Amino acid sequence: MLRKQNLLRPIQLLGIAVLALTFMGADVDARFNKLGHQLMCMCGCNQVLLECNHVGCAYSERMRGELTASLERGDNDSLALQSFVQKYGNTVLSAPTTTGFNRVAWIMPFAVFAIASAMTVWLVRLWKSRPVAQTVAHPNLGNEELDGLRKKAREETEF
Amino acid sequence: MPQIGSFTLLLAQALAVYSFVAGALALYRKDDRLGETARRAGIACWAAVTIAAIALVLAAFGNNFSVAYILHHSNRDLPIAYKFAALWSGQEGSLLLWAWLLSSYGLVMRLRYKVDPQLTAYASAIVAAVQVFFLLLVNFAAHPFGLVTGTIPPDGNGLNPLLQYPEMVIHPPMLYLGYVGVTAPFAFALGALIMKYPGEKWIHITRRWTMVAWLFLTCGVFLGAHWAYAVLGWGGYWGWDPVENASILPWLTMTAFLHSVMMQEKRGMMKMWNMWLIFTTFLLAIFGTFLTRSGVVSSVHAFAQSGIGIWFVWFLATAFATCVFFFVRNRETLKSEHRLDSLISRESSFLFNNLVLLVACFAVLWGTLFPVLSEWVTGSKVTVGPPFFNRVNVPIGLFLVFLTAVGPLLAWRQTSWDSLRRNFLWPTIIAAGTAIALIAGGMKPWQDSAYFYSLMAISLAALVMATIVGEFWRGGRVIARQQHINILEGMVQITRRNTRRYGGYIVHFGIILIVIGFAGVPFNQDKEQEMGFGDKMQIGAYTLVCQSFTQDDTPNYGSEWAVLDVYKNGKKIDTMFPERRFYKASEQTSTIVANRSRPNEDLYLVYTGKNPDTGKPIIKAHVNPLVMWIWIGVVVVGFGTVLALIPNTKPGKINATQKERDETEAAVKRGAVEVGGD
Repeated sequence: MLRKQNLLRPIQLLGIAVLALTFMGADVDARFNKLGHQLMCMCGCNQVLLECNHVGCAYSERMRGELTASLERGDNDSLALQSFVQKYGNTVLSAPTTTGFNRVAWIMPFAVFAIASAMTVWLVRLWKSRPVAQTVAHPNLGNEELDGLRKKAREETEF
Repeated sequence: MPQIGSFTLLLAQALAVYSFVAGALALYRKDDRLGETARRAGIACWAAVTIAAIALVLAAFGNNFSVAYILHHSNRDLPIAYKFAALWSGQEGSLLLWAWLLSSYGLVMRLRYKVDPQLTAYASAIVAAVQVFFLLLVNFAAHPFGLVTGTIPPDGNGLNPLLQYPEMVIHPPMLYLGYVGVTAPFAFALGALIMKYPGEKWIHITRRWTMVAWLFLTCGVFLGAHWAYAVLGWGGYWGWDPVENASILPWLTMTAFLHSVMMQEKRGMMKMWNMWLIFTTFLLAIFGTFLTRSGVVSSVHAFAQSGIGIWFVWFLATAFATCVFFFVRNRETLKSEHRLDSLISRESSFLFNNLVLLVACFAVLWGTLFPVLSEWVTGSKVTVGPPFFNRVNVPIGLFLVFLTAVGPLLAWRQTSWDSLRRNFLWPTIIAAGTAIALIAGGMKPWQDSAYFYSLMAISLAALVMATIVGEFWRGGRVIARQQHINILEGMVQITRRNTRRYGGYIVHFGIILIVIGFAGVPFNQDKEQEMGFGDKMQIGAYTLVCQSFTQDDTPNYGSEWAVLDVYKNGKKIDTMFPERRFYKASEQTSTIVANRSRPNEDLYLVYTGKNPDTGKPIIKAHVNPLVMWIWIGVVVVGFGTVLALIPNTKPGKINATQKERDETEAAVKRGAVEVGGD
């Protein structure tokens, strides 16, 4: 029994080590991919770092290397991004941050959507509240008038 | 040739000024003879600009490097098609193309003046005013026939390699046809406002012009996307670049107009709104041109930075002031005639559709201009790239897809809950079934917001498709019963009888195919690897094996390329040749992507370079799911739009028995068949 346990223990440890290494590797890859899409290549191509493929681009290769080094050092996401901002300036981030004036960039489209929706609902209510034309009881229409109305109805419902 | 071009451009300027001044004066004095001279001057203006455009093309064909524009955008060994494309590959030439297209639209308008002589006279004067502006630009700010001073070089600098691709011969003209085409509906709308045009006839005239411009702009935008995909080699087709954004802004407002105009035609509502949608579309088209050419925002697509931005600012300000002036003066003629009966109605759906399209337009404009605003407020520039646009616009786009499903099923004025339930039951079941099937198939929307959006996009696409198929089915069934034909024939008949409505459904269907194409993005894969002889790369289900890599040389460019065999499940399925070219005249490199496109996914290979130490090529491989559906969707959109432009055929004699008529009538009363609606 003890012998069996002694055999099992190294296998379990090996399994845990393999799993840990696999997940750690996957985590670094996933983080590299995530952070690489939050950065811009600074060669002037206006492309996201991991999507810049200019032949002989002097920046993207180096910047990818810097990102890999930062992750291997154990920097967290915020620290990794911050080091890029310090080196290349704010424009290295592919989207505005959610601090300071940059917050306006994120808020404004949704604020406009909310205000425009409220205005649309208000407009619908306003248009609904317009007076309705009084109905006339039993109009006495001739054939020609009815034909005219039928023609109008057909035209109005043709699309 | 340059002298002829310069002279005819000046002549065109004089004719455009005359057409505008005499046209306006004739309308003021009600002088028909003077108006006729203005119309003829407009036609002559087209002839003059055409000669100038031909002169520039002939200068390119004849390698006339004494013309600075030809020297900078062509060379002797450039293939003939690209020499022709040199007309629009630079600032000056593209402005000349713009002026020529505008004159051509003006020509069609002036030749078809009998449609409505009075309104066309107003529209013609307005188009002439816009022509005056663009001819001022090509004559005095960006002259395409400027001559080289000093010694004339024996060969030109060549065309930008990125532009040496077959699609570049048609993409810019298509885009410009869309941009410039907006001027026609703008001119009719402003003309109708100035003359207090009674009735909705101007809307009928404008709608066709708008649809034509919309079709060209749609084709232009997606040809640009396809060009980016095939040439730029980054594996994507839309990068939210400011110039790309500029092209989509007028597209969004024009799409809103094409929907809301139905409210005016049918219910006499939203007249002011429609007027401003057309004005805004025109101003955005000009604004987009300003963005591209002024250097206000940095973009890979932009023309060289120049001083013509200020011309556009003044023109925009003048156009906006003119619109506001006449709107304030004549707004009484734009009062709504009807009230809204219910929140659950076609009218409401159009309102929300317009709301969403306009918010999307604002979000794109806001993101494009935010770097400028940020620099102005904080002194520090920021980047607003794809992550921002995707996060903001994807939810808005999904809401719009939802409205695409709901809108056509709502009746005008009011829709009963019963009808709603009946019409939505099956589409909802199909959409829910699609979502369940996708999750069962391995999609995990809880893992990442991108997967969630993808799931939503495909499920909503299923909802829209089910509603569209349902509409064709119901309409076809009624006709089939009436005429004793099969249901497919019935569907064709109903489409021919109401091309606008069913053409519109086909356009929606095409848009949904495009949405499905976009939904594949979160599942893109890519891998980069050095590939020597016999080296293998595994990506997705594919194994790539390098058979060879070699070089080639032509008078225009030298190239390096790899030969890669593609295996799937151990079986060879293809051989692909990714390539990199070095263009001799411009001394620039460019990639030629090898793409194996199938309905399920694209295998996209890029020759990114050569390792200087080993001499082996570096290959970047992408597997991009569902991309082909985007291009198929655009073709379907084009087909639907052309169909919607064709006049309806009159219904033939109906051979229905009295019993069948009674059944159809009963079905209509039950609400099983919706009559009318768009």
